[in-house]
Amino acid sequence: MATTIQVTDLNQGYGKTTVLSDINLTVTAGEILALIGPSGAGKTTLVSTIMGMLRPKSGTVRVLDTAVPNRALLAKIGYMAQTDALYTTLTARENLHFFGTMMGVPRAQQDQQMAHAAAVVNLDHDLDKAVADYSGGMKRRLSLAIALLADPPLLILDEPTVGIDPELRQQIWQELHRLADAGKTILLTTHVMEDAEEADELMMIRGGVAIAQGTPAKLLAEYQVPTIEDVFLKAGRVQDAHTRND
Amino acid sequence: MRTRGMIKRVMTEMLRDKRTLALMFVAPLLILTLIYFLFQSSGSTTATLAVKNVDSTLQTALKNDNLKLKATTSDDSAKRIIRQHDYAGMLVQKGDKLTLTLANDDQTKATIIKSSLQAAQIKLKTKAAGAALQAQAKAIKQLSTALAAATKAAGITPATPQAGTAQAAGSTTYQTKTHYLYGDKDSTFFDTLLPILMSFIVFFFVFLISGIALLRERTTGTLYRLLATPVRRGEIITGYLTGYGLFAVIQTLLIVVFTMYAFKIQILGSIWLVILINLLLAMLALTMGLFISTFAGSEFQMVQFIPVVVIPQIFFSGIIPVVTMPGWLQAIAHIMPLYYGAGAMSQVVEKGAGLSAIWPDLLVMLAFAAVFLLLNVQTMKKYRQV
Ligand SMILES: Nc1ncnc2c1ncn2[C@@H]1O[C@H](COP(=O)(O)OP(=O)(O)OP(=O)(O)O)[C@@H](O)[C@H]1O
Ligand SMILES: [Mg+2]
Repeated sequence: MATTIQVTDLNQGYGKTTVLSDINLTVTAGEILALIGPSGAGKTTLVSTIMGMLRPKSGTVRVLDTAVPNRALLAKIGYMAQTDALYTTLTARENLHFFGTMMGVPRAQQDQQMAHAAAVVNLDHDLDKAVADYSGGMKRRLSLAIALLADPPLLILDEPTVGIDPELRQQIWQELHRLADAGKTILLTTHVMEDAEEADELMMIRGGVAIAQGTPAKLLAEYQVPTIEDVFLKAGRVQDAHTRND
Repeated sequence: MRTRGMIKRVMTEMLRDKRTLALMFVAPLLILTLIYFLFQSSGSTTATLAVKNVDSTLQTALKNDNLKLKATTSDDSAKRIIRQHDYAGMLVQKGDKLTLTLANDDQTKATIIKSSLQAAQIKLKTKAAGAALQAQAKAIKQLSTALAAATKAAGITPATPQAGTAQAAGSTTYQTKTHYLYGDKDSTFFDTLLPILMSFIVFFFVFLISGIALLRERTTGTLYRLLATPVRRGEIITGYLTGYGLFAVIQTLLIVVFTMYAFKIQILGSIWLVILINLLLAMLALTMGLFISTFAGSEFQMVQFIPVVVIPQIFFSGIIPVVTMPGWLQAIAHIMPLYYGAGAMSQVVEKGAGLSAIWPDLLVMLAFAAVFLLLNVQTMKKYRQV
């Protein structure tokens, strides 16, 4: 299958500090990859690098057969940021229209795609409310709807399930699986192990280093533990043992 | 299409924010009205001059609408008398010697007294020339010595008294007819101030509001989110430029219409030039505001830039004539964007200058805006490197 994201020997950081070292990652079309890692591990940094918001310090990133960073490529990436970045004085509908226009969605298709995206996140009845009057979870959902809006081949979601109730979480996962089945690629970050279990591929990052990588089943077998959470803990201990030996 | 989306968003956000709207459209009119009335009263200042032992001929010659004379016989020092009664000055005659003491706490009043003395001098001289009265001739002499001394004391070069010489025939009384090149006899300092204010208001509000708007985009993360779409940095700036430019034009029109109808002030030049100048100035303020906002971490910090970036511009906008400044200050004036904007505006509004007279100013403003525009596009690289 076609490779959507190809990260090779990536080192990344801000200024002189190094945040990510030696990251290698391949995601193929129709795959859901979850990045798991503790706070400050470098998940958002990796995601920003894949989007081309940050230029790699060393190594290469290719997305949809294009070297990153590339501005035009961003039209093919539906992005949901970790913090909600919405225009609070505008209504949800106006926000969707605005970001739709920025993504280059033709005016004629905007209404139809907007209806679909809003339905996935259960916001269809609140579209004409000002975002300032939204609850935290509603804002999160609107951010997700904006990411889905352009119906892009690649979705990059930074902690999409934070602040979302279990019922809606299921509904969102259903939609994500449906999209993956339709050949779209999804990259998401999470702290929640339930999300990790839904993904096709996992990448565990700790301190900027990939400590474990593979399908959930493969990881469970490799570390011989019953849950994904245990895989993460065990891989972490192995990493600590290595650094102590160095 | 993206630029249009940006413009629409900037304008919708602005229209939703009622307070900012009021600030942009009502506040300038209030400020202008206030300043208008403040400067109306300046024509009716009267100064009170204490006189002691002054010849009655001289006293009669001195009297005018703006100068009140108060005779005193007190033996106290002039200083004391002025302080006690809050006089603007005191004139004492001793034999044929006149001594003028000025309080000089209010320069307008001091000027009234000095010019009244000069006027009296001329009056007496013309009379003296006609009647050749010895006594009056003496009074003239005393008067000019006193005046010269007083003006020297005040540190002002004495204006050469326009002596009506002996050729002035007999009993002719002079009637002065004044021609005004710009404005008329009712012109006050407000007329000078108005064009400066017109440009300053647009500059200030656009600077502050657009700067804070972009700052908010930065701090709430929407700028980053926006740059995660294929939008060009130039499209973002153009959107801002057009959106706020439109508000600046509306603001300018409002101010122009208001001053024309409320204050009956005639704008001599073309209204299109007035709009063009303010549009350029808005562009300049916007690009400056956006750029300065890069260095602010919060709205409060943005406001902290006002004393550094905005206030000094006022001093060089023509309120104090720049040509009278020392060389190094003039050099500073030439790096102040408002110097060009307010300068061009004064030319158009007061003197009816056309494009041919103000194009260098416009060009400089354009250059300033271009520089800041480039800087803006560069600083946005921090968020997205392509
Ligand atoms: N703009 C920045 N400038 C400098 N350092 C940064 C910047 N953003 C993140 N970092 C640093 O990079 C490291 C990784 O941050 P990152 O945001 O990628 O973590 P994360 O895995 O997304 O964490 P979380 O789960 O809390 O979102 C942290 O140590 C952080 O301090
Ligand atoms: Mg993060």
